[in-house]
Amino acid sequence: MAKNLPPPYTAMSRHPMMPRASHDEAARFNFLTHFNRYLSGPIGAGNRLAYEKRVLPAFRTEHGRDPEHRYEIRDAMNNDSWHRMWSALKRNSMEMRQHNGRQVVLRQLDELDAMARQFNEHSGMLELDPAIAQPDYQTMVDIHCQPGGYHGGERAGDVTVGANYDVGLFATTGGALGGLNDGGGQAVVGWVKAERPDWKPRRILDIGCTVGHNAVPIAQAFPDAEVIAIDTAAASLRYGAARAAAIGVSNIRFVQASGEDLSRWADGHFDWVQTTMFLHELSAKAMPRIMQEANRALAPGGLILHIEQPQYSDQMPLFEQFMRDWDAFNNNEPFWTAMHGQDLKEVMAKAGFPHDSQFVAGVRAVVDPAIFPPSPDEGEEDFGRAAIWNAYGAWKPLAKAEAA
Amino acid sequence: MNDDLDWVAASGRRAKGKRPQFFDEPALDRLYSTVFALAAEVSALRERQDTLERLLEQHGVMKREEIDRYEPDRAAGDERGLATRAYIARIMRGFQQEVEAIEASDPPIMDIVEKLARE
Repeated sequence: MAKNLPPPYTAMSRHPMMPRASHDEAARFNFLTHFNRYLSGPIGAGNRLAYEKRVLPAFRTEHGRDPEHRYEIRDAMNNDSWHRMWSALKRNSMEMRQHNGRQVVLRQLDELDAMARQFNEHSGMLELDPAIAQPDYQTMVDIHCQPGGYHGGERAGDVTVGANYDVGLFATTGGALGGLNDGGGQAVVGWVKAERPDWKPRRILDIGCTVGHNAVPIAQAFPDAEVIAIDTAAASLRYGAARAAAIGVSNIRFVQASGEDLSRWADGHFDWVQTTMFLHELSAKAMPRIMQEANRALAPGGLILHIEQPQYSDQMPLFEQFMRDWDAFNNNEPFWTAMHGQDLKEVMAKAGFPHDSQFVAGVRAVVDPAIFPPSPDEGEEDFGRAAIWNAYGAWKPLAKAEAA
Repeated sequence: MNDDLDWVAASGRRAKGKRPQFFDEPALDRLYSTVFALAAEVSALRERQDTLERLLEQHGVMKREEIDRYEPDRAAGDERGLATRAYIARIMRGFQQEVEAIEASDPPIMDIVEKLARE
């Protein structure tokens, strides 16, 4: 029984940059954590029941066949009273997470901004470039309903969006990412160390790092490596660099740059290029550009690794694809559906990673099991948010590969 | 505390992007946002009360009947007023953001899904 309970919000590690949540703010996150689990678990089952018992039979009667695409299921389910109520609950839960996080951050923004400035001035780990433009796919909507997206702010030079991202990730993942929200990065480290125990990458690039919660554990695990964490959003980098310094990590640099243009780094500069839950926040033209740039900047023999939710395939039931698509249409993740519909292996092959150099591995968040129970799965998965991912990767062939 | 920033108003800012309408009757969408923010608040209150009762029990420093006799002074009254204002902003978020959405006129999300799938 108890092992099914998420940890209390107070189990989060309170590093110096972490906004301080009051008793009641923490309690609101506790409510949302439980509420999200309830929505995906006990009453999330209502979506499948409604589909199988009335939506699918009605579809068959009307069309004389089964749905052939997840969008057909979506159109039908969007007319179903249960799915509409459930979606309204889920959307509100996402909005409440943002509102609570922003109240925590904004009431103490002066202190957070001042502390971030101090950390960043002393560490020298932050390198901003005002010439970097925010790409359309980051500004057309505020990604996952986070007001200001990753790039906006309340005033010049503030850390609002980064701090809000860090302070509330716990609620939407049910604590499954661990005390520092770094269960994803820890999982990557665990996979690499098991796969190549003696590998010593010297230069590592994390593209689309946001607040660095996935890049910092890599820097910690490879203290002799130089980690470059890039993002187009200065507002997230300011917080991320200060957060890394606050945690006591010094072998990482947060650089404002776009993954679509890595020209400041020479061919083969990096031994490892990493993205974590990033590709689905791009666009159809940006994703292959980033893959090609990553291929160019990666040294022969180096590792490229993309952590994502599973891609849709003919093997994945259409109903599951429809459920996994919910965030695309209801939580401002507009590229999610097109991205997950692509064959990533083919995208990587076109970017210069031959099929026989590629692999797909399953990874799940690595957290302290004494405090953080594993992410729910098998029928209770919170589609799109479970801390269970696929790693799409390749070891770049030693002889320089031509596009397949 | 920040002197210049109205953190209560700023925290409720709407996320850019057209919000789905889940019900034929828009008032139902609004009602959901209020009811579940209230549900969260009731949960937080229960948790706070639980903390308080546990601490009181632990330390034995206060009798519970004192709570009924308590009257706030001016400073305590101001603190409570600010907290009440932030609370109202939380439960009224759906209404406030709909006003912003009327002004913003975002395109349907499908337009952007298709655009990003193409470009």
